Amino acid sequence: MTVVWDIAVLGAGPAGMAAATEAAQRGAKVVLLEESPAPGGQVYRAPPPGFVMPTDADRRAGDGLRAALAASGAALRLGVRIWGVGGGPLVPAGDAPAPFRLDGLDAEGRPFDLTARTLLLCTGTQERIIPFPGWTLPGVMGLAAATILLKAQGMLPGRRVVVAGAGPLLYAVAAKLLKHGAAVAAVVDLASHGEWWRALPALSARPDLLARGAAWRAQLLLKGVPVHAGARIAAAEGVAVLEAVRLQKLQAGPERRIEADSLCIGHGLVPAIEASRAFRAQHRYEPGLGGWVPVLDAEFRSSVPGLLVAGDGAGLRGAAAAPASGRIAALAALRDLGLMSSITHAKACAPHKLDFAQAARAGGAMAAMMALRPALVAAIPPETLVCRCEGVTRAAIDAALDEGALSMNQLKQFSRCGMGPCQGRLCGEAAAELLARRVGGREAAGFATGRLPLRPVPMDALLGEFDYADIPVPAAAPI
Amino acid sequence: MTSPLRIPGILRPAEISLTFEGETLRAPEGESLAAALLAAGKRHLGDGPHAPRGLLCMMGVCQQCLVRVEGRLVQACLTPVRDGMWVTAA
Repeated sequence: MTVVWDIAVLGAGPAGMAAATEAAQRGAKVVLLEESPAPGGQVYRAPPPGFVMPTDADRRAGDGLRAALAASGAALRLGVRIWGVGGGPLVPAGDAPAPFRLDGLDAEGRPFDLTARTLLLCTGTQERIIPFPGWTLPGVMGLAAATILLKAQGMLPGRRVVVAGAGPLLYAVAAKLLKHGAAVAAVVDLASHGEWWRALPALSARPDLLARGAAWRAQLLLKGVPVHAGARIAAAEGVAVLEAVRLQKLQAGPERRIEADSLCIGHGLVPAIEASRAFRAQHRYEPGLGGWVPVLDAEFRSSVPGLLVAGDGAGLRGAAAAPASGRIAALAALRDLGLMSSITHAKACAPHKLDFAQAARAGGAMAAMMALRPALVAAIPPETLVCRCEGVTRAAIDAALDEGALSMNQLKQFSRCGMGPCQGRLCGEAAAELLARRVGGREAAGFATGRLPLRPVPMDALLGEFDYADIPVPAAAPI
Repeated sequence: MTSPLRIPGILRPAEISLTFEGETLRAPEGESLAAALLAAGKRHLGDGPHAPRGLLCMMGVCQQCLVRVEGRLVQACLTPVRDGMWVTAA
């Protein structure tokens, strides 16, 4: 008899860890599934076993969540790759609602599956990088990638680094690079000084975060790092690897060349919605929350019964808001499963709703700054690769649009854009924006239908010990 | 193997040996393969259609750091290094 979990939580970042902890402490049978070798998510990513690093505020926050999770009794499955989701509404029409089913590969690459009565998605975000000439050169990496290298691996992305893009990560990465002895050749911020000033009132909801941001800026000033506000990377240059970047003010003007062995660049974060798309949950386009987000009620229930979504994957509100959203969602799941009375539920929920509202205000201001900037997409030259997996250029996408592609699905079918191993997670934003310019907005452009597998899976892992010789060959038919 | 990219002052496990494209590299056991390759100056990890591939997202999303370990395709950013690992460009 296989276990049926009360709640399966997908993703062990701050939202997932808090949700699993909350539900397990209250007696539910909870399993938490995570792709990385340790819980923490990207923001609180733990270093590998045996690495001892100086602790900072993020490390303490992450360790606190990890300790509570370990003590909660929630089952943890780490290093697993969930590629299949099913059950729930995905059962054939007419069947009774079935428990959710997840298919995955464990850390050793062996297939497994599990069933759960409710499914809570805490899959976080991925980074948006709008293509520019030279972005495929080794040495160009995401801002989030740089934070992971610095925080979890104790590694500098390069010795002379340009940090570019939008949002608070810019200054977090630049300050950390300086602290560890790298040269920061420039910070290139899409946001103008005015945008930062306008964000201040909302940020004051979280004075701790505001103070940290101010400290980052002060370090840059102290070390004389040039900060170019309202500017973008026009191109990355190099023969085999990155050697220099060219930057330009957003209002055009002359380009400036800066030598660097590393460019860390990110144009904001995008909620990772591949699982909720696969369940055909309703979504809406909300640029201030990062883009397409699942439609949720105040307790993070999606349009699909039993399916909940919390954390940044429900809309960008930042790491400080994520645990509260996870707890609210976990309590809603317990209530819906009949494991908690409505009175207990209301009482347990109230403080988390307050926490969430406060942290979400500051997080929302940052998310707005990281929203997609259409001018960057407009500036992609025709010969620049947009889809790296399939080698599709801006010109090829424009050609598909000229031929009449009217939706993301059609664009994918016409051009192969988004059909490769990353499944459009890297190119999707730029491609959708190019389509949106033709069809009158991102709502009209829509998104590609969610398809399985959610992650690339080796065929042999699915087939197991299967061999062609195992296929029963029917006896030859009499002539 | 010391690399100017490894931040000093961090206690790391003992180093192990691995090979990339036949060249022996050393890295602390358990370090991410993507980080170990970066530290050794190996930034070009393979070729995609019309462009080189290298470390990009570091979180398992982009598939740009695909390499072969013992012949099997893996994402270098999600793979910890261990002694004797045989890595080739994919």
